Amino acid sequence: MKETRLGDFEEVILLLVGILDQEAYAFKIAEEFESQTQRSVSIGAVHSTLNRLGEKGFLTSEMGESTAERGGRRKRIYSITASGQRVLQESRDFKVSLWNQFPAFASGNLKIEWLNL
Amino acid sequence: MKKRNHHTDTQPPRIAEKLLLWFLRDDLAEEVLGDLGEKFFQTCEKQSLKKARHNYWYQVMHYARPFAIKSFRSKRINTSMVRHNFAISFRQLLKSKVYSFINIGGLALGMAVAMLIGLWVNDELSYNKYHDNHDHIVQLLRHEPSATSTTMTTGMGTLIAEKFPDHFERVVMVRGRVEERTLAFNNLKFTQSGYFIQEEGPGLLGLKMKYGSHSGLADINSIILSASVANKLFGDIDPINKVIRMNAEWDLKVTGVYEDLPGNSEFNDASYFSTLDRYLKDRAGLNVWSNYNMYVFGQLNPQSNIDEVSELIEAAFMERLAGQNDGNTAFFLNPMSEWHLNSEFENGQRVTSKAQLFVWFYTVIGAFVLILACINFMNLSTARSEKRAQEVGIRKTLGSTRSELVAQFYMESLLYSLLAFALSLVLLSATLPWFNNASGKSMIQPWLDADFWMLSIGFMLVTAFLAGSYPAAYLSSFQPVKALKGTFSTGKRASLPRKVLVVFQFTISIALIIGTITVNNQIRFAKNRPVGYSPEGMIGLRPASPDFNKKLPVIKEQLKNTGVVASVGAANYAVSTTRGWSGGFEWAGMENTQNISFNTISISHDYGKTVGLEFVSGRDFSRDFATDKQAILINRSAMETMGLDNPVGQKLTRVSDWKDPEHYIIIGVVEDMIKGSPFESTSQSIMFLEQREMRWLYIRVNPAVSLSSAIPVIEAQFNQVYPAAPFDFQFTDAEYASKFEAEERIANLAGFFSLLAVIISCLGLFGLASYVAEQRTKEIGIRKVLGASISQLWHLLSRDFAMLTLIACLIAIPLAYSVMSGWLADYEDVRTPIYWWVFAYAGGGALVLTLVTVSFQAIRASITNPVNALRSE
Repeated sequence: MKETRLGDFEEVILLLVGILDQEAYAFKIAEEFESQTQRSVSIGAVHSTLNRLGEKGFLTSEMGESTAERGGRRKRIYSITASGQRVLQESRDFKVSLWNQFPAFASGNLKIEWLNL
Repeated sequence: MKKRNHHTDTQPPRIAEKLLLWFLRDDLAEEVLGDLGEKFFQTCEKQSLKKARHNYWYQVMHYARPFAIKSFRSKRINTSMVRHNFAISFRQLLKSKVYSFINIGGLALGMAVAMLIGLWVNDELSYNKYHDNHDHIVQLLRHEPSATSTTMTTGMGTLIAEKFPDHFERVVMVRGRVEERTLAFNNLKFTQSGYFIQEEGPGLLGLKMKYGSHSGLADINSIILSASVANKLFGDIDPINKVIRMNAEWDLKVTGVYEDLPGNSEFNDASYFSTLDRYLKDRAGLNVWSNYNMYVFGQLNPQSNIDEVSELIEAAFMERLAGQNDGNTAFFLNPMSEWHLNSEFENGQRVTSKAQLFVWFYTVIGAFVLILACINFMNLSTARSEKRAQEVGIRKTLGSTRSELVAQFYMESLLYSLLAFALSLVLLSATLPWFNNASGKSMIQPWLDADFWMLSIGFMLVTAFLAGSYPAAYLSSFQPVKALKGTFSTGKRASLPRKVLVVFQFTISIALIIGTITVNNQIRFAKNRPVGYSPEGMIGLRPASPDFNKKLPVIKEQLKNTGVVASVGAANYAVSTTRGWSGGFEWAGMENTQNISFNTISISHDYGKTVGLEFVSGRDFSRDFATDKQAILINRSAMETMGLDNPVGQKLTRVSDWKDPEHYIIIGVVEDMIKGSPFESTSQSIMFLEQREMRWLYIRVNPAVSLSSAIPVIEAQFNQVYPAAPFDFQFTDAEYASKFEAEERIANLAGFFSLLAVIISCLGLFGLASYVAEQRTKEIGIRKVLGASISQLWHLLSRDFAMLTLIACLIAIPLAYSVMSGWLADYEDVRTPIYWWVFAYAGGGALVLTLVTVSFQAIRASITNPVNALRSE
């Protein structure tokens, strides 16, 4: 039975794949993660997660073109699948519903910007 | 993006890349290498090459994740082949049990010996390392024209402590001798050895305190005990503030208990430390300049230079001693690291010590034994593997690649050396207690020592690698056709290294045998010297009681009344020491004005009868002559030194600065007694009648009564007369025998090593002989068919090996002769001749051993049915 829930780190990686779009391959994702979160991560850890997300069916991937700085090697470009988008959506909705149930925030004056994006 | 210059030094680390490719799934290789490469070049650009390389390794390590690692059950490494190789190796091992046993056993023996010696050498080299401050501890020594001495005056220690506080963290004086004292608590009393040391002593030595602290010796009446003594006296409790009685004289408060000092500490004989003030009775004794009775130790400050401080001390003493010192005395500091292995001096110069020589000697022997065992192992493995040329041929024909064959041979040699290693561990644990006993050490099994395992396993792998290399490299290179046709053969040249090896092994074995016999000869020679008294049937003890002298007549009387005692005597020094020296004697006909020192002891009436002095002329002291107070006995050496032909009745005068001359008459001459080392000539000695306080009691047991039944009777009387003193007696003959300990230790170890060398040599020879016999199976078959007799064949096969042994004899005999003469040169006075029969025995023994070893194979080869030999195609 395949696990289909989304972990915290997985969710961030999935979002980053979406952000990076055509540039979404392991090295770039790791870079982006570090610059967005100020936390360091190894490419191996990111790759492992991408692999897992692929197994869960949230991501697909295909080999892209090669560049000189990669010594002529091709890269694997990841993109989000429909089920990947759905699981991100669900995750967001779930959190919003939690936020709304929190009285202090639900009153309105503490509404956080990104919820209205 | 810029075009990057793919220079070699801006490439990712090659090894890391190789490692990655080794474990990474093949289908991931391209993208991962690409990603890591990008990361590398980016880091290189933004930070530095070093950082980039570092990071690359980090990234590679982080790819060791389950998803990325390839399945190692792929085709590239074939586990069934590995299992097959192991099975084949194991079957080979079982197929020729004798050969396997020789090979594995020989290597295991060599390894075990190397381990034992390694432990021993390590123990010697780590001497005194137990003490925390061992890097900074120094001892004050002085070179005198005659010798280098460790004893100082209290004034010297005090001067250093007061004058150089900048250079010394601490200066500590210790009574310059280990002191035996009786420690009593309630009804328990034990005689223990220990030191009287100044307050800072425990801190200087870095004693590990179980109870109490390093400041325990502040009060004059305090004592700290070793854990084992504390346990004997008080059991397993905290004994702080308990009061024990020392020598029935002083009440001392226990202020600390320290962990027993290890055998390889200079202070290992210290089972207690009490205060120097207690020993000197008061502090006034700390500034005496005439009595050399102290050891002076110091702990230098880390920034002080030992040589500079030595010079400062020397200068300070010269100033203080001006007028008294004739300029021949030089003072210097000896660092703790040199105490054990590098503190022998001759004419004021450090010379290579005996202890250091032993360390080298053992290291060399250990290395030799190990090398011999290794060479044997490789040699036998190689010789054996040549028989397997056909197997290699078949394997190749069936499609084995060369690397598979190489792997097989390495696997096999690894299996063998693993077994040998395991066996050597068993041998080590079995022989260590014995070895400790023989070498006088207390080493523990090294099972928890990481270095030991690293070294042993490393060595095992190297051996396996070397032993497997020849078959692996050579046999795997055969052309299968040749190997199968059996045209493979070893030429004459191939056997030369093996012959050299046999000669080498037997040279060492023969030399060791000669050495062992000579050492034993030397011991026997010393044992055969006339002792000059009768140690058998006598006990001696030093009653630790202040009223010993007062009650001496009482104990004598009571002991004689029991009927189990033949006679009782007393002396101020033990019969087994050469303590007590004085000079200033003059006699008629004295040739020169040179002051000759004599060993002088005071003895009681009946002492002569008790210890069994043998009179050359004259008589013993007697109660019938009141004038015997002014009489003396001399020994034969003294008679010869004085140059007197007929000494009885001659006068002797003792002159001294502080007393009127004393006149004595010689009433008897006795045979020389061996009181000191039996390997040294006896010193000239003079015996006075009860001039000094008696300290030793000697009791000769009635020869009609057995010792074991007499001892309890004597003990009962002793306890009645001296209730405070323990009945710590020693059998005088056992004490005499202990004088041979050092030499007997050498003899034991030499015997052990020669035995091993002989076993290892024979194993090697046996293996080699069986190999040769097998190589020549067909030749022997044909010879037999043509009519050769068994004895002719035996002769044929044995002759070569006998020749090798003879060559070994020719090398070993002069070698052993020169080494043994060197060893015996140290024994100037008592020295066994080197007998020719020793060489004959050793050489003949080796020859017989060779023939027996070889004959076993030779005869087996000669009596086989030639049909079998010739049919074995």
